[in-house]
Amino acid sequence: MPIQYYLFLSMALFCIGIMGTLMRRNAIIIFMCIELMLNAVNLLLVAFSKMYVDASAQIFVFFIMVVAAAEVAVGLAVIVMMYRKVHSVDINILNRLKH
Amino acid sequence: MGIYEVLFWFLTIMAIGCALGVILSRNPINSVLFLIATFFAISGHYLLLNAQFLAIVNIIVYAGAIMVLFLFVIMLMNLNADVEPQKSKLLQFAGMIAGGILFLVILAALRTASMSTIDKEATDIGLIANLGKVLFTQYVLPFEISSVLFLSAMIGAVVIGKKEDHVIEGAE
Repeated sequence: MPIQYYLFLSMALFCIGIMGTLMRRNAIIIFMCIELMLNAVNLLLVAFSKMYVDASAQIFVFFIMVVAAAEVAVGLAVIVMMYRKVHSVDINILNRLKH
Repeated sequence: MGIYEVLFWFLTIMAIGCALGVILSRNPINSVLFLIATFFAISGHYLLLNAQFLAIVNIIVYAGAIMVLFLFVIMLMNLNADVEPQKSKLLQFAGMIAGGILFLVILAALRTASMSTIDKEATDIGLIANLGKVLFTQYVLPFEISSVLFLSAMIGAVVIGKKEDHVIEGAE
């Protein structure tokens, strides 16, 4: 199995995440697309770990999961707070932050 | 085509199809369910790559904990109605073009790169004993620092999500 297949698969997942981030207006969907991008990187790291027979890459995946879990906790708290203030999770409402 | 290739292509199609479902479905609940299916496909890839511990952790942490948190938030906010305002067609098209062009550029850059192949022989580096040895000898300092990160994230989530009663009373 060439490593290119895993490379292209994780790249496709990453680009789908980018498309979702750019196309949607729901803050929660955008957050899920960020999770998708993180998982694409994880998949590539695991593939390289298998290729080089090195366990360090899998430890990095472990730390990425740790950071993602912490990020989700804080990010969802921010989204809940935003919903409580403006009763919407539409990111266009956040435009007024720049004024 | 052996069982490895069949499983690889099945999981690949499942992962990409469900990832497209995440960004294309109108209902946020469906998006969450599609994302859980994507995580299961990625866990299957981890199993094919002899990363058994990460496959289990991926299912427990991502599909089990994080996505349930998303579901909780969506259902608590009652967002499961299809009331999301859409971006204009032009902006959606621009986003699709931007992502697609990034994909094409990296594809063209890496298509002819010579890289070695993954051999199918099973390795045992993904087992929990070996990963634990590496984690608690070579990477013990980042491990401890990540506990501080978790503590700060927990405190931050509580502080941000707390209802500010006294402020509201003072404002009114």
